[in-house]
Amino acid sequence: MSALAAIADVVSIGCLLAGAFLCLTAGVGLVRFPDVLSRMHAGTKPQVLGVLLVMVGGAIRLHGLAATWMLLLVAAFQLLTAPVSAHMISRVAYRRRHVRRDLLLVDELRETERRDSVYRGDEPADAPPEHPGQAPQPS
Amino acid sequence: MIVVAAIAHAMLGGGALLALLRLARGPSLLDRVVATDTLLVIISASLAVHAALSRDPTVVPVLVVVSLLAFVGSVSIARYVGGMLLQSASGDGRDVGLPRAAEERAAEPGEGRR
Repeated sequence: MSALAAIADVVSIGCLLAGAFLCLTAGVGLVRFPDVLSRMHAGTKPQVLGVLLVMVGGAIRLHGLAATWMLLLVAAFQLLTAPVSAHMISRVAYRRRHVRRDLLLVDELRETERRDSVYRGDEPADAPPEHPGQAPQPS
Repeated sequence: MIVVAAIAHAMLGGGALLALLRLARGPSLLDRVVATDTLLVIISASLAVHAALSRDPTVVPVLVVVSLLAFVGSVSIARYVGGMLLQSASGDGRDVGLPRAAEERAAEPGEGRR
């Protein structure tokens, strides 16, 4: 039984160290990368994989079912909310031209940028569209 | 165990310090939003590491609150900037008080890549 506990400790410590290393790489990428999209790419590494690894390590080491379920809840929240916030921030960053478009290889939004000011139903609800009556023009 | 705790907290602290550096330097508001999001995730990860290494499940409910607060903060700031963009007449938000875009700053010769 003590051998099993030792193996569980080694596995959980490996998971914790890997998660901590992903947090360090997120900091390095945030400082070194040139624009908002690549910084977000670096910053979401600990948001999904790092948090999952740390939660697995914590769930192995902590005794009791309540802590395990709560760590599972945290991991599920991260998996649900990270794509939504990344989508909103990257969309606003593209419209604000904080994305270095000269560094991009493929830019599919540039052709549809003219149609982007037309109301299509997914704008923020508290701000009016610029041209509410027009339908998007097929080009 | 002490060595493992020291290594893990050193890596987490280094990541948090670098995220703070980007939070202080970041040229635009959205860079700061990304840095704040990452900083909150690193803080919750270090709380979980502390709870796991000391076998103390007291701070585990705090993790739920922190992971929800990061989402609410970043989404509300993104919506705020998007609403200012839709209200601006010139399209890039310079006339309603947003700072200069990163593309214009990169196009100037004196300013390098930051």
